Amino acid sequence: MKISRIRNIDQGAIMKLNKILKNLLLVVLACLALSACATKKVSVGQMQGDVYTGTDTVEYLASGVPDRVFFATNESVLTTASRETLRKQAAWLRKNSDVTIVLEGHADERGTREYNLALGERRANAAKDYLMTYGISSDRISVLSYGKERPVDSGSNPLAWSKNRRSVTVKAN
Amino acid sequence: MKKFLLFLMILFFPLKSFSLIEVDITRGNLNPLPIAVSPLSIDDKSKKNFENLLKKKNIGEEISMIVENNLKTSGLFNPLSKEAFLQAPDIANLKPRFEDWNLIKAQALITGKVTNVDEKLRVEFRLWDVLAGKEMMALAFTTVPTNWRRVGHIISDKVYERLTGEKGYFDTRIIYVAEEGPKTKRVKKLAIMDQDGANNKFLTLGNELVLTPRFNPTSQMVTYLSYFRNLPRVYLLDIETGMQEVVGDFPGMTFAPRFSPDGKKIIMSFAKDGKSDIYTMDLENRIVEKITNHPSIDTSPSYSPDGKYICFNSDRSGYQQIYVMKSDGSGVKRISFGNGIYGTPVWSPRGDLIAFTKLHKGKFYIGVMRTDGSGERLLTENFYQEAPSWSPNGRVLIFYRETKTDEKGEGFSAKLWSIDLTGYNERMIKTPTDGSDPSWSSLLSN
Repeated sequence: MKISRIRNIDQGAIMKLNKILKNLLLVVLACLALSACATKKVSVGQMQGDVYTGTDTVEYLASGVPDRVFFATNESVLTTASRETLRKQAAWLRKNSDVTIVLEGHADERGTREYNLALGERRANAAKDYLMTYGISSDRISVLSYGKERPVDSGSNPLAWSKNRRSVTVKAN
Repeated sequence: MKKFLLFLMILFFPLKSFSLIEVDITRGNLNPLPIAVSPLSIDDKSKKNFENLLKKKNIGEEISMIVENNLKTSGLFNPLSKEAFLQAPDIANLKPRFEDWNLIKAQALITGKVTNVDEKLRVEFRLWDVLAGKEMMALAFTTVPTNWRRVGHIISDKVYERLTGEKGYFDTRIIYVAEEGPKTKRVKKLAIMDQDGANNKFLTLGNELVLTPRFNPTSQMVTYLSYFRNLPRVYLLDIETGMQEVVGDFPGMTFAPRFSPDGKKIIMSFAKDGKSDIYTMDLENRIVEKITNHPSIDTSPSYSPDGKYICFNSDRSGYQQIYVMKSDGSGVKRISFGNGIYGTPVWSPRGDLIAFTKLHKGKFYIGVMRTDGSGERLLTENFYQEAPSWSPNGRVLIFYRETKTDEKGEGFSAKLWSIDLTGYNERMIKTPTDGSDPSWSSLLSN
């Protein structure tokens, strides 16, 4: 009996404490939310939707000619930015008509190995088709899929995965 | 393999008595059968000879340790501590004192004897039902001494079969991809080992990327993907001779190979212009057949054990799902309809189930479903795991699992794991390096 009374008193105290804690928690959460927004703003410069838009990993075939384009998860559709990059590559390839290229298609680690091999091939072909519509002969282009075998970023997070979903144009000669 | 000599002599099979012990393997076994594995007895002369030959102090003990370890990892048996054994191995093999074995709660007992006969290793063993006080099985093997590990595996298979009513899976090997180095530049080699991790051997040097090795039905050939000269193509490898050849003459990437159940064909995907279709090539007459014809990605094909059907995954619906068709490519039917995406279907050697990898809400699962897609059952959940391969008796799946890296992108590893069809008995299989893409052989002693 005695024990149960003590418990009652304790519970009342705990409930009051809970209220205080809850209010505190709300304040903390609000702070966290604000800071989360702040960090999100930084990452907007790196990703649009889940397509990588940063330049950390990008190399250049020539001044102003980026070597790679990025894709959304499970997608092989070229974004506006990707098409712009490929038009620059096409212009450069037209100027340097002796250059042949390999388009290396890649996937992120969040898919089964065999499917990713096919997906990498599909991505590289999307880039190839676009280059061809800008006058680059298919004789000068070969396609090589690495699936998920050659990531550029070893991270296990959405930003790393977005950098790895790519088609890279590599000079072959 | 051809040099392998194994004479199996059946001394006698006692008449089956219905009162003898049985192990039910259709359910998760929470009460593994207590079994006493008495060390195989050995005479001093044989012991010395084998010690010189095999550099093992007591080959009888070594063989019984293999048996004990196999039975334990199956999850169905609980091998008892040898320290509690009251009867000496040589006497127990002649006539066990069942009261003594009963006292330590052993329900089954394995005894045996090793001798050196004409340069050969002769092993006899007996399986006893302790409660009934009866002999259940008695067999003897004679083989070249270097085969001693296999003798241990064969004894394990015989015991497993006698007590569960189904074939074992211990005298088998695993082919897999051994991995090393940073995640961005992994070096991968083909490797082969015994089912228990012993006798690990690398089959390629790591100069080129290799993926997805799979055995043929006799486990003497392997088909796999190699990036030799940066041209990803399906290859065929003879394990004994080391001879390799490209499969077919395709103007682009071929991948996802497997053998047909009769071993005469290789089924695989061929990628061209952003589309991947399934093809077969007959290994005798080299005739290539196109099995699927769809603008989507069709890959990871696997035959049913009777060769009449093929399961595969395709993204023709928008996302990866599992389909079944007749082996000529007709009658394509989607069978996976649950939430998430489905890949890597593999038909069970018993024919009734398809194992798969599933991705749902950022988690990867290994699961099984019936061949019409009903009865989906998820066995294990993890950050990343895929590519199940069946044990030859269809009771265990082996697959690989990768870890999440930390904020610095470090801490990556890939390991081989196995799990029972019941969803119990999940185990990591130790390999000298990291490992992925495991494929289980057939029973070698068949």
